[in-house]
Amino acid sequence: MSSIADTGITHVHDDHDHDHKPRGFLNRWLFTTNHKDIGTLYLVFSLLMFFIGGSMALVIRAELFVPGLQLVHPEFFNQMTTMHALIMVFGAVMPAWVGFANWMIPLMIGAPDMALPRMNNWSFWILPFAFTMLLSTLFMDGGGPAAGWTLYPPLSLQTGNSFAFVVFAVHMMGISSIMGSINVIATIINMRAPGMTLLRMPLFVWTWLITAYLLIAVMPVLAGAVTMLLTDHFFGTSFFNAAGGGDPVMFQHIFWFFGHPEVYIMILPAFGVISEILPTFSRKPLFGYAAMVYATASIAFLSFIVWAHHMFTVGMPLEGELFFMYATMLIAVPTGVKVFNWVSTMWKGSMTFETPMLFAIGFVVLFTIGGLSGLMLAISAADFQYHDTYFVVAHFHYVLVPGSVFALMAGTYYWLPKWTGMMYSERWGKLHFWLSTIFVNVLFFPQHYLGLAGMPRRIPDYSPQFADFNKISSIGGFAFGLTQLIFVGVIVHAVWVSKKKARARVWEGAIGLEWTVPSPAPYHTFEKAPDIDESMVPHADEISH
Amino acid sequence: MSQQADNAYYVPHGTHWPIVGSLGMITMLASAGLWLNGSNTAQWVFYLGAAVIVFMLFGWFGDVIRESESGMYNRQVDSSFRLGMAWFIFSEIMFFACFFGALFYARALVVPWLGGEGAGASTNEFLWQGYLPLWPTNGPANIGGEFQTIPAFGLPFVNTLILLTSGVTLTMAHHALKAAQRGPLVAWLAATVILGAIFLYFQVEEYHHAYTELGLTLGSGIYGSTFFMLTGFHGMHVTLGAIMLAVIMFRCMKGHFKPDQHFGFEAVAWYWHFVDVVWLGLFIFVYVL
Amino acid sequence: MNRQNTFIVAIAVLAAISAAFWLLLVAPALTGNEINMPVGVTPQSVTHYELHMIILWICVVIGVLVFTAMFTSIILHRKSKGHEAATFSHSTRAEIAWTIIPVLILIGMAIPATTALVQMEDSTGADMTVKITGYQWKWKYEYLEDDIQFISTLDANSNAARQLHSGMDPREVENYLLDVDNPVVLPVGKKIKFLITADDVIHAWWVPDLGWKRDAIPGFINEAWTYIEEPGVYRGQCAELCGKDHGFMPIVVNALPEDEYRAWVAQQRGEAVAEAQAVHQDWTDEALMSSGSEVFASQCATCHQQDGSGLPPAFPALAGSPVATGPVADTLDIVIHGRQGTAMQAFSELLTATEIASVVTYVRNAFGNDSGDSVQPSDVTLHGGEDS
Ligand code: HEA
Ligand code: HEA
Ligand code: HEC
Ligand code: CUA
Ligand SMILES: [Cu+2]
Repeated sequence: MSSIADTGITHVHDDHDHDHKPRGFLNRWLFTTNHKDIGTLYLVFSLLMFFIGGSMALVIRAELFVPGLQLVHPEFFNQMTTMHALIMVFGAVMPAWVGFANWMIPLMIGAPDMALPRMNNWSFWILPFAFTMLLSTLFMDGGGPAAGWTLYPPLSLQTGNSFAFVVFAVHMMGISSIMGSINVIATIINMRAPGMTLLRMPLFVWTWLITAYLLIAVMPVLAGAVTMLLTDHFFGTSFFNAAGGGDPVMFQHIFWFFGHPEVYIMILPAFGVISEILPTFSRKPLFGYAAMVYATASIAFLSFIVWAHHMFTVGMPLEGELFFMYATMLIAVPTGVKVFNWVSTMWKGSMTFETPMLFAIGFVVLFTIGGLSGLMLAISAADFQYHDTYFVVAHFHYVLVPGSVFALMAGTYYWLPKWTGMMYSERWGKLHFWLSTIFVNVLFFPQHYLGLAGMPRRIPDYSPQFADFNKISSIGGFAFGLTQLIFVGVIVHAVWVSKKKARARVWEGAIGLEWTVPSPAPYHTFEKAPDIDESMVPHADEISH
Repeated sequence: MSQQADNAYYVPHGTHWPIVGSLGMITMLASAGLWLNGSNTAQWVFYLGAAVIVFMLFGWFGDVIRESESGMYNRQVDSSFRLGMAWFIFSEIMFFACFFGALFYARALVVPWLGGEGAGASTNEFLWQGYLPLWPTNGPANIGGEFQTIPAFGLPFVNTLILLTSGVTLTMAHHALKAAQRGPLVAWLAATVILGAIFLYFQVEEYHHAYTELGLTLGSGIYGSTFFMLTGFHGMHVTLGAIMLAVIMFRCMKGHFKPDQHFGFEAVAWYWHFVDVVWLGLFIFVYVL
Repeated sequence: MNRQNTFIVAIAVLAAISAAFWLLLVAPALTGNEINMPVGVTPQSVTHYELHMIILWICVVIGVLVFTAMFTSIILHRKSKGHEAATFSHSTRAEIAWTIIPVLILIGMAIPATTALVQMEDSTGADMTVKITGYQWKWKYEYLEDDIQFISTLDANSNAARQLHSGMDPREVENYLLDVDNPVVLPVGKKIKFLITADDVIHAWWVPDLGWKRDAIPGFINEAWTYIEEPGVYRGQCAELCGKDHGFMPIVVNALPEDEYRAWVAQQRGEAVAEAQAVHQDWTDEALMSSGSEVFASQCATCHQQDGSGLPPAFPALAGSPVATGPVADTLDIVIHGRQGTAMQAFSELLTATEIASVVTYVRNAFGNDSGDSVQPSDVTLHGGEDS
């Protein structure tokens, strides 16, 4: 390393040139600054969290299999609901997207690495500690947090010994996310190869850029909110206590100011991945590239002014209810543009249906269903009935599971050959898709009925009138969960077993910088910035002409 | 000028500082949790964790400084740092915005409702009869007991002047750096650090006064909560900023930084100005209005 | 592929997708399960139901159209059929159309939605007022004009069946989890205003047949109203997570015709008078213990458990508890005033002096706490002692 300064040569990586990865396990994984290794760490970590969070969901579904309490105490049930959501949201979906960002953004814009490689390592290596701490709360006196992932006071203030640890875990996740998104912004703004203008960037890069801004804007607000909980609990402040001039509802405003953008944080990168995959397998450029970028930006902007649609029943003044209802409804417009553009991308294409494409199509259909039920929730008068029922649970799982999670799977199948250099098994991939799609609907569709018929969410036991659909939903849940073992099987097979080597351009219709490097992508790529011309970018909209 | 060709971006190979930082962080936070739950020994572990973090910061920045001083960073690396610092400061702004938001929400909506205005008529009649929606307030239950507030045009105003002046002295230092005048540079920096320290001294003075004579504490209802959280977090940021300025000052004394390349200096200056601007917001919304 | 073929395929796909939606929306009802929002018995519930159906159908139609276009394309434009990819990549006209048309649809939805909301928020001109307070885990109802007040908790049968490993089959219990000891009785044909609040954490008062839910927030009062058009029993549940027994705090509204309602009011007032006299009477230890054990079962056992073992650390054991075995005054004090900031609530707001006397006697003599002393209703100063 020291040679660089005095030789003055451009070569930065001369001590382990090109594909010479650092030797030794610790050097490779613990101390790494390589965006691909860090991306892998993120992805593996989030898969692990998906299984832990999923197992908790299965505890929920098992208890709800039939009416009556069979397996767990109500207080433990509430801990499962809370932890399931915290782990899925902060441990599985968000880190998975950061993993994708790490792997793909430098490859897609022609950068040698992320802009701030050391900080990149830290963003990741905070997470295992944060989640160890969070999980450890389950073993403390009084159990883990049980007030829902929304942590509403005053209920959350009744948490036992684990309270401070939950707050600190959230702080750590926040720090990690903020550093991660700063890195993404710096990379995209500063590290693009010459010729890679902003409006030539692949859509995945665009959606992540906008996501990163959302993250930087709202994670500190969440940190502030939980800090106020902490001081209300331990230091006698009265932020959320009416007797002292505060208001429990104030917490909800602050939380959802974070929380609503948060749900788009989980879905915008998904939109990006889908916008990469559909053109590839339709062998046709993405329809309306520029409109997609503007739609993403509009969604992000609107996401800051709709938060109180989670609070229609708290007793806001009429004007407030109206404002938040109208603003929320508006989000359907840019999201609609996206859906219509995806359909138009497929229209008159020359489509093939490899696993990534299947998942992408599944995404478009099922996300749209989830989005439409979201629109129904936005109608505040009707939400007086829907709110806090399983209708809401159905809505958000449709946008999160066959939404974000399907997009993650689509992306994994799409880029796995690039990451590992080996083809995964199409046959098992397709089986994984079909079983997932069938069972995710068996799991979540009946929850719409349950909600409309009046079943509240967050209850461990219910009236027998809800028994049938709960049983179906639970069966779907277990089957969906088991199906995910196939996913692990496919990945393990592709990494260690598969003999089928992947080409550089893995997919016939794929265009973009990441397909110009060999598969597996060498340890260091684009140490010399490539010169980008139009043939190398995947879309051909009016802007780039 | 950088000794590197312009198209080579410096990518470090491996670093153990982040994991040290994470270990420090988990030690600190886990023991803070135990401490809050009443364990006194945890306190000492907490300090240990904090020490590890300080150690990590010195080590990490030490590496960066060495690399920077030996010319391994080109212009592009410099802009990554700039972007990183700028967006870090933005995230801090949002953190403060959260507490300002709480203050505005409480003042503009909650207190009037509790006092029976607007939608709060029944709230006041049935739950908090007789409560008048005045600010400052510790709420209808008089949480924390009677208290008085700190008048804006006493120490807080002096502190405002001090911080504004420190912004000027820092800018003078920057000019000196650009003109390659080490002596004035160090002198102006020293002045800035001293002003920061005086600010902090007055702030401590003010807190002491509030707790011992005015009856104003963190537990004084919503007023005390917002007052101490906002000024407290600001004070922590001033402390950090002053420490960073001091470090920069020592680096200047050692001859670090070049007239045309001194981002370390600028980053700290940005930070200081940000802390300054937050104070102006505080002065207006917490003390004056 | 020519235009006509495309058209035929599209029609077929449309039919298939519509059929699928129809199956999803209608067929499950054939199994006898409720799958839609109830129409309810108030003007609001009817409005909300209609609004729900309008937006549901709009969403279904949009969904069907989008999926039809998509699956038509999937069927026709595949490589395996030799379809060559077109090269178009945008159409400003189409993009403007599918920005404007959704906006118009949304405006169409917003109009009835706004009307419904304005109606919902207008609680003026009510004939009577009921104050509802949520507690962990029960509801208190106060009839402000008639000076009636009572608490309503989960019915004893449901409560027994819902215990973990109770061995009871919920299906055998009538109205399992949707039944209470004291339903809230309301007259039909009157505009009733509710003042909704809570004592400890946030709850939400929800009866689907009335058409809305409203959060009960400690320290604040939310207003809502109803106008029930048909007599009947309407059941609902707490709809905001409020701790471990959130699933076990149902609401039962018993809507009666005006005259029956008046009769009920008169009866309640009679009971209240009898109650007030009971305070001056001296009770035997046995009477105190047996009434105390009932109060304990309905009011205290959710937290402190039937056998007094509690659920430490959240809910302390009363068996051997220093407070329950210490001075009587301390036991009385915590039961009457509760403990701020914990789930232990102030029972002066919930129980009569007689009930407090008996339950305090009970906890001081049950579960092996053998203090041997007894507390008389006259020892309990509900309101005078509150400031001390
Ligand atoms: C990835 C996550 C994600 C996404 C993308 C969304 C998207 C949307 N959500 Fe959702 N939501 C959640 C995650 C998400 N949500 C979660 C987690 C909760 C619950 C949190 C909790 O309480 O725990 C929640 C709860 C929630 C509520 C609160 C419900 C309640 O508690 O009572 C509401 C209410 O307005 C809402 C609305 C919407 C809307 C309008 C959209 C829109 O963005 C949807 C837009 C999409 C479409 C509309 C479909 C496609 C469009 C067309 C085909 C165009 C044509 C359409 C028309 C013109 C109608 N959501
Ligand atoms: C990204 C976020 C995300 C994801 C992916 C999921 C995934 C799932 N969720 Fe969840 N969920 C939330 C976010 C998410 N959820 C949120 C925010 C809430 C609200 C919480 C609150 O109210 O506070 C919630 C609440 C919630 C509830 C309501 C709880 C309640 O109100 O009491 C339910 C109930 O069915 C549920 C179920 C499921 C199921 C079955 C899955 C499945 O998709 C999970 C599938 C995965 C697995 C099952 C794991 C993998 C497999 C194995 C471990 C192998 C072994 C398998 C077998 C032995 C079968 N979730
Ligand atoms: C919603 C839950 C809840 C209910 C219902 C409840 N309690 Fe409690 N109780 C608590 C909690 C929590 C504490 C601990 C308070 C503390 O931390 O000081 C407590 C403490 C007590 C104590 C003091 C125990 C000790 O050793 O500190 C007594 C006595 C008591 N309760 C009696 C009762 C009686 C009698 C009733 C019913 C009339 C009742 N409680 C109902 C939650 C409840
Ligand atoms: Cu009370 Cu939920
Ligand atoms: Cu939302």
